[in-house]
Amino acid sequence: MPMRRFLAALGLALLAACTRAPAPVAFFAEGMPERLSDWNVVYVADGRLRLNARVEPYTLDSPLFTDYAHKLRTVWMPEGKAARYQPVDALDFPVGTIISKTFYYPVPDGGRGGDVVLRSADTGPEPDGGLALDKVRLVETRLLVRREAGWIALPYVWNAEQTEARLMRSGELLSLTLLAADGSKAQVDYTVPDENQCAGCHGTDLKSKAIFPIGPKARHLNRDFAYPGAGSENQLAHWQKIGYLTDVPAGELPKNPSWDDPAAPLDARARSYLDINCGHCHSRKGAARTSGMWLDATTRDLLRLGRCKLPIAAGQGTGNRPWDIAPGKPDDSILPYRMESVDPGVMMPELGRSVVHAEGVALIRDWIAAMPAQDCGS
Amino acid sequence: MKRTCVALAIGFALSLSGCGKQGGDAAPAGKAEAEAGFAAELRNKLLDAKPGDVIDVPAGTFHFDRSLSLRVDGVTLRGQGMDKSILSFKGQKAGAEGLLVNANGFTLENLAIEDSKGDGFKISQAENVTVRGVRVEWTGGPKTSNGGYGLYPVLCKNVLIENSVAIGASDSGIYVGQSRDVIVRGSRAERNVAGIEIENTINADVYDNVATGNTGGILVFNMPALTQQGDAIRVFRNKVFQNNLDNFGAKGTPVASVPAGSGVVINSNDNIEIFDNDIADNQTANIIVSSVYSTGYKDDKASGEFDPYPERIYVHDNRLSGGGDSPDRMDFKALKVAMYGLGGHFPDVLFDGYVNPQRKEGPQLCLRGVSGVLNADGPGGYKNPSKDAKPFDCALPSLPAVDLKRG
Repeated sequence: MPMRRFLAALGLALLAACTRAPAPVAFFAEGMPERLSDWNVVYVADGRLRLNARVEPYTLDSPLFTDYAHKLRTVWMPEGKAARYQPVDALDFPVGTIISKTFYYPVPDGGRGGDVVLRSADTGPEPDGGLALDKVRLVETRLLVRREAGWIALPYVWNAEQTEARLMRSGELLSLTLLAADGSKAQVDYTVPDENQCAGCHGTDLKSKAIFPIGPKARHLNRDFAYPGAGSENQLAHWQKIGYLTDVPAGELPKNPSWDDPAAPLDARARSYLDINCGHCHSRKGAARTSGMWLDATTRDLLRLGRCKLPIAAGQGTGNRPWDIAPGKPDDSILPYRMESVDPGVMMPELGRSVVHAEGVALIRDWIAAMPAQDCGS
Repeated sequence: MKRTCVALAIGFALSLSGCGKQGGDAAPAGKAEAEAGFAAELRNKLLDAKPGDVIDVPAGTFHFDRSLSLRVDGVTLRGQGMDKSILSFKGQKAGAEGLLVNANGFTLENLAIEDSKGDGFKISQAENVTVRGVRVEWTGGPKTSNGGYGLYPVLCKNVLIENSVAIGASDSGIYVGQSRDVIVRGSRAERNVAGIEIENTINADVYDNVATGNTGGILVFNMPALTQQGDAIRVFRNKVFQNNLDNFGAKGTPVASVPAGSGVVINSNDNIEIFDNDIADNQTANIIVSSVYSTGYKDDKASGEFDPYPERIYVHDNRLSGGGDSPDRMDFKALKVAMYGLGGHFPDVLFDGYVNPQRKEGPQLCLRGVSGVLNADGPGGYKNPSKDAKPFDCALPSLPAVDLKRG
């Protein structure tokens, strides 16, 4: 009996210790762990979502829009391993890499536990790199895991108590109410993608079926981030410093501007927005190559970008408009029409949102309006 | 399965408890629960499928509010029949199609996909695709808000679509795009904008199909700025009649320019053979040969390397009757009255008149056994139309049959 009591006491002590110094990140070379905590990349302790040791938060110049969800992104690599720099594609991450993206919303004061969440700008994690759980509602955490055979995508959905996230391979629809600063409300059918749908966006080369991270490309990462306790630093430089990135060429590195940076040129902002939101499918190799409209950063051909281009398989998605982009005429262009729709048969992107990104639409409309008007034909 | 059994057991228990009612009320509730159970199960089966798996869909109507998808090679999804096993996407909230497949060796059999918000069944970049006995339908009838395509293989190789049905697509019922080696046979397309459309596809045989009640019956299209140009298509032994439905396609889609009352339409394609078909009572024309310029694509720069002109088209030995009596669009109506009088009608073939002036041998549009052809003079704004059939009196070698090498 004393022995058992001793063990119990030891267990409690260990548990208490765990909240301060958790076990290291667990990389599973196979299988699909049922709980997010099995990986131990992020963990809940003392009312906060915290990052484990060597789990690095990062951000993107222009993030992909997902129903105004805020996103906490992290990357972890095994000791002694580093990603290799790539000029255009996602960084070449080593086997063992775990990328996490936690989707969350701020909640109104005292509104925790309900389905009302705030529509607000994503200002990033708190100074310690984590999140205060009394201020946010965690929705899901997606893991991208680089195994020997390639990347796998695993969606974990947080429970109502915000204590654990469970693997939900078949995805889920969550009903949320988005409360804006002006008091207006919008209904959100927030979609947790199923595992196959993850590939709908991350399968940037549909033929190979391999999936890849979308965000961590040099041009999206090339910006400053306020590191916990280390001050603000360029992310690519920081990753090199901590041994997470090698083979970076000398000289100026590619950089997309922030889509909402008023100091950046309109064209660059619009292209940056289209690159991150559309370019993974709308590219030479992506799923939307069928359309002949390519919106990734490397595309220069104006017809490929949609200027005076007829749609191909848009169906009712054209909104009775003849051209993907009618220069100077956003109201005659299909691109903003599909961004302004929430009909699953019309809207773009096809997955990942159920409300309109008003600010993104405004940017693309301004961009088209600023193009020299041109008659595309009848 | 377990969940299904539980649901059935609950249903059974409810029916036993009675409450003074007949047990009949409880049985449908049990059925609905069983169907909901299978719907959830199907999503997991598609995720967990292994090559060689056959996923059976029982009889019943299964509702989905998100699209389904599959990425595993060599899987068969098989129902009990196109009127028995129904995957319904009515009220769908997410996903741009009903079923999206990105996998080789996929077979879809004996089931129906209804009321998806976008396309019904889309399969992309796959080899060896079989669709057999599948119905895709928008049950509310023709509406612009219906999904674009019913059956939609794109960028595929070796595609067989047979004994299938497509109804109500706002673009094309059966649409094969940017593919190679294709057979569409024994199928029926009704009340779509385009019944059957073969677009930017190389080597396709379209035969023994029925296309009726669409805006256009069978379309062979080539559009610019895509991954490949179409070539070598045979359309034979089909019944293409009364495709007179008002065009309900959204403007901007290529098919939105198809006039109601179009039987077989060839657009900017080369090497097409149309023979042994029954084509009747299509009120604009039984056969239309046109260029992409007539679909609204006027910017030459945008066409790039694209060849916009239809060439080496061989129409022979069809049974043609009626049609041409009530063409769609004001310009065609005026043209008809000007050329054939108030009570007259267009001949079997309407040609928009765009030809490549650089081509010494001419377009080689060979039309045999037709009641006549009207060159509408599209390039001249319909000002100098011609009924002269002589330039079309020629023959071409027949195209080889498509061999899918399926054994």
